[in-house]
Amino acid sequence: MIDITISAENLSKIFGRRLVFRNLNFTFDKPGIYGIAGRNGSGKTTLAKIIAGVLSPSQGKIHYTSNSLRIKPEQIQKYIGFAAPYVIFYDEFTAYENLKMLTDIQGIDFESSRCDNLLGEFGLYERKNEHLSNFSSGMKQRIKIVFAMMNNLPLIIFDEPVTNLDSAGKEIFYRLLKQQGLKSLIIIASNEETDLSFCDGIIVIEDFGK
Amino acid sequence: MKSSIIIFLKDWKSELRTRYSVNSLAMFILVAISVILFSVKDEPLSPYLTAGLLWTVVFFSAMSGLSRTFVSEEERGTFLILQIIAKPLNVFSGKLLFNTLLVFLMNFVITLLFSLLFSAFIIKNIYLFTAVFLLGNFGIAISSTIIAAIISKAGAKGTLYPVLSFPVLLPLILILSELTNFSIDGKTFEESFAEILIIICYDVIMLTASVMLFDFIWKD
Repeated sequence: MIDITISAENLSKIFGRRLVFRNLNFTFDKPGIYGIAGRNGSGKTTLAKIIAGVLSPSQGKIHYTSNSLRIKPEQIQKYIGFAAPYVIFYDEFTAYENLKMLTDIQGIDFESSRCDNLLGEFGLYERKNEHLSNFSSGMKQRIKIVFAMMNNLPLIIFDEPVTNLDSAGKEIFYRLLKQQGLKSLIIIASNEETDLSFCDGIIVIEDFGK
Repeated sequence: MKSSIIIFLKDWKSELRTRYSVNSLAMFILVAISVILFSVKDEPLSPYLTAGLLWTVVFFSAMSGLSRTFVSEEERGTFLILQIIAKPLNVFSGKLLFNTLLVFLMNFVITLLFSLLFSAFIIKNIYLFTAVFLLGNFGIAISSTIIAAIISKAGAKGTLYPVLSFPVLLPLILILSELTNFSIDGKTFEESFAEILIIICYDVIMLTASVMLFDFIWKD
């Protein structure tokens, strides 16, 4: 199993003239569940995207270490699972095609049995060959969670993971989250108290000296 | 490399299912050639004029359809998942492969229609024209791919694409038009060496610049 450590060093992000956050320092270490909390607009999503390597920080650095070896930021995409309501999959492909194709693009081996198992957990196995355009927003969110979890990647980032999920979907997610938290480093950016109740540690962005 | 091919296949399958680019390209080619035919009527056209018209139709067809490869990802919101899971170079290579295929198909159809519909369009040195066709299409594919990536995050994509493409593609189109005239005249490769070298340099420079630039366009 690959363990991953993320450490942020004086991380700041500025959009134009707007300071989102300043001088964030934290370390997320080994398997476990960590939370990012903060009021609306405090920069939770921005921080999640910076950790995922999609955005660059305006100042400061983020270091990824795996089994004591430094991972270059341009190689981090192979280690990350990511699910958020604003991540959109391809409507013209089936759920299964999306999951297989995106795993192949990521350059990792597709585990069909694990994929089928998770689709079954979320009640989508029977509909895996339907185009995503036929899915409701809640079903699409379930597919995104399956994608984030199905490859047992060392780092999984969830941004507002239970958005659009019904109560049954939330229950399944929380159950799987606890299991996955033993194997992966999971980061949840959310304001939902239930989401954050599973976390081993939480950083609140407002606390970082705006 | 495998990721690039998967992205290319994704775009190709997506194109077959949604017809985002093919429909607009086909319609533009049909309309442009029909307008030329109706305007010309029985007027005799010089071979040089047909060569100029050929590359004019190619240029404007490229403007109408080749930006879709990045713009559709941005408009549908699928850009982010690619940013998260794929290396920038793999995305660029995959998109370039897709645009290259599209340009070759588009220009093959345009050239075929010109050969059938314009009697003055007679190529005497077919080998020279084939070389020009291959190098020129690759140049158009590279330029249109990187410009599509640049404009995909802008507001007025439709306007910005031809505005940015015009200065970038114009030197290429002018040389391609000149070399098509050479192949109509039946000139040899030796006589066209300098112009062919310019296209090769154009392709190499555009490819190198695009690969170096794409990382910055892709992130943030």
